[in-house]
Amino acid sequence: MANEKNSMKQHMGMRAANALSNTVIYVLLVVISVIWLLPFVFIVLQSFRMESTSQVGYVVPHVWGIGNYTNLMNTSFPRWYLNTFIMALFTAALQTVIVLCMSYTLSRFRFKLRKPLMQFMLILGFFPGMLTMIILYRVLKDLGLTQANAVPGLILVYIASSGMGYYVSKGFFDTIPKSLDEAARIDGATRAQVLYKIILPLAKPIVIYTVLTAFMGPWGDFVFARYISFGAEAGMNVAVGLNSWLSQDQIMNKYTMFCAGGVIVAIPVVILFMCLQKYYVEGVTGGAVKG
Amino acid sequence: MKQYSDLEYLQLSKGQKFGYRVTSFFAGIPKAIGRFFLGIGKGLKNAGLAVAREAKDIVQTFVQGDWKTKLSYLVMGFGCLARGQILRGLLFLLFEAVFVGYMIMAGIYWLSMLPSLGKVGPHSTYDEIYDTYTVGYGDNSFKILLYGVLTIFFIIAFIYTWRLNVKQNKIAEGILKSGKKLRSGKEDLRSMVDDKFHTTLLALPLTGILIFTVMPIVFMILVAFTNYSGANDGYINNLFHWVGMDNFNQLLSWNSGNNAYSATFGEVLSWTLIWAFFATFSNYFLGMLVAMMINKKGIHLKKLWRTILVMTIAIPQFISLLYVSKMFAKNGLINLFLLDHGLIKLGGELPFWTDPTWARVTVILINIWIGIPYLMLIATGILMNIPADLYESAKIDGANPWQQYVKITLPYMLFITGPYLLTSFIGNMNNFNVIFLLTGGGPTNSAASTAAGNVGFTDLLITWLFKITTGEQALYYMASVVGIMVFVVVGVIALIVYNVMPSVKNEEDFQ
Repeated sequence: MANEKNSMKQHMGMRAANALSNTVIYVLLVVISVIWLLPFVFIVLQSFRMESTSQVGYVVPHVWGIGNYTNLMNTSFPRWYLNTFIMALFTAALQTVIVLCMSYTLSRFRFKLRKPLMQFMLILGFFPGMLTMIILYRVLKDLGLTQANAVPGLILVYIASSGMGYYVSKGFFDTIPKSLDEAARIDGATRAQVLYKIILPLAKPIVIYTVLTAFMGPWGDFVFARYISFGAEAGMNVAVGLNSWLSQDQIMNKYTMFCAGGVIVAIPVVILFMCLQKYYVEGVTGGAVKG
Repeated sequence: MKQYSDLEYLQLSKGQKFGYRVTSFFAGIPKAIGRFFLGIGKGLKNAGLAVAREAKDIVQTFVQGDWKTKLSYLVMGFGCLARGQILRGLLFLLFEAVFVGYMIMAGIYWLSMLPSLGKVGPHSTYDEIYDTYTVGYGDNSFKILLYGVLTIFFIIAFIYTWRLNVKQNKIAEGILKSGKKLRSGKEDLRSMVDDKFHTTLLALPLTGILIFTVMPIVFMILVAFTNYSGANDGYINNLFHWVGMDNFNQLLSWNSGNNAYSATFGEVLSWTLIWAFFATFSNYFLGMLVAMMINKKGIHLKKLWRTILVMTIAIPQFISLLYVSKMFAKNGLINLFLLDHGLIKLGGELPFWTDPTWARVTVILINIWIGIPYLMLIATGILMNIPADLYESAKIDGANPWQQYVKITLPYMLFITGPYLLTSFIGNMNNFNVIFLLTGGGPTNSAASTAAGNVGFTDLLITWLFKITTGEQALYYMASVVGIMVFVVVGVIALIVYNVMPSVKNEEDFQ
């Protein structure tokens, strides 16, 4: 009897300890969430500030208004937005095709040069990609694809080497049983038919993941976009353009407009990301585990 | 050092095993270097043997072949055409025509200029009639180097194709002799989507990689041995030429006087490694911690917490990082807020971006904000896969949560994410966005700024490279040297980690 009481007590103690630790965790999670979201809340609030355009020491605007958003229309911002959107669309489509070709082949076929090819690409990846920027700029310049015409040039740069990023989707293809392919082959399907009719329908999550990451790339690219547009406003993407508003001589007048521009850029990307979050998580987790 | 047999090794404790692996790795370095050179020797020998074998086969095919084969040595694809494989024959012939045409029209010129990188530079001549100087332009070193490299690639491709053409003849002869039929053009096309489907699939991606990655890298490696820069741009200002190892000497020698590249390089490299270490492991452990908190039994709203954290992934980095960078600036939100409320005095602003140590710590902290969500996602997936009965039995044995973490969770995570840790370390070494958007490399290191590009205290090798490239002097050759150094450092780290890591996974295991 006494024993039972003791264990009851212990049980209660454990439950109390558990409740305590859960409370601590809730507090921590709330604190973390606040830290994570505050900067974004600040951007949104400051984008509605009308009384001044520079940085200030408070967050909630004294005078509210959408002037910063309407002013955006009178700048190069719509052009930048359009540029980025076009680049994102093309990159999403073409990069997906290239990555899928590459990863499917490396996952499914066993040919003589397969291992050397993968090792070669691994070593190639040790070189900083930025190194290629100098020559790519000169070559694109000769082709007339820099500065104001930077958009097609940048699309070319984004998609050309995208085959090197095959790891995540190869890891996914590796998990689709090979016996499916073999069964279809026995039934007389060609290799190409196996890909279109059997594998692709199964690979929907990884296709969506690839499209999503490819689409988000151009919105955040800074280095190549800046170097290849080289000061020409007509060829900039949103990242380079909005960054120029934060330079020493412009920040006093353009800070709140930067916030407004940031909000407009973030909204579609965030909505898209949240809708496809499930696939993104699958891709990230799978890719990391496969290494 | 003591060598263990397999049986003895298995009896060691975990720490001892790790220590053993590390010491045996370092003890094995001389041997590995020896093996490396032996390997090179062996590779050369094998390559020589392979060339000899190929040459012998080429001669043999010629001697034993019929007249169609013999003529194919000169006119590529003739054998195929004569034997009725029209499509193949035409492709071979076309390739040869293009190659010969290109070599005569341009290739020979580019090749002949490659050793000098141009003889006639820009020159001004006096015009007597108009009494002015007019500038005439001569050779273009940049184009000579670029097209020279292209031509060499083209020649290699031609030799390969020519060899293929010879091989084709031999195979075709063999097939005909045994009384079978050759493949028709239609069958060739069909094989492109069937048994040769992998070549079709790889053609486009590999061409892109070859043109936009391999060739630029070969070109930039060569630039490291020239004096290509803004002042010697190869056409308008001056030609550039080969300088041998000079640039490497300049970067690495300690007595280079005013241009103290070596000291700058040392500083930037050590900060790059420190940054990569803290950025990787702070994210790793904190991300794991957050994932464990969210996954704990009895915690509700799991999806909400995850979604909130993932916001930093969803919002393009340039918005979040640039905004936060301005927030911490001298006249940014935080300092102005503190000023308005009298918590600091004017001139006493917190030096987030102006003091070297503050800047370095702040970047690492803000990187946690950006980086934890990735780790949280990855860790969530892995943690769910750890068998729950492991924890149950640990609890019964009286293990407290910390012991469970150290004995079960951590080893499991480390084992699964070992390769990921390596890639993430390398990724952080080259993490351009976070550094460049937050600090732009600043605060400027006045001691080092005599060397190229106003190096700052938070500059990584990669941002330094960018600064050298875009700087006023545009020392492209130095940027190439730094790029090659990045490659060497990354390669060495990868090599060490792969050798010390407990398991190098066999990729076929997953299939």
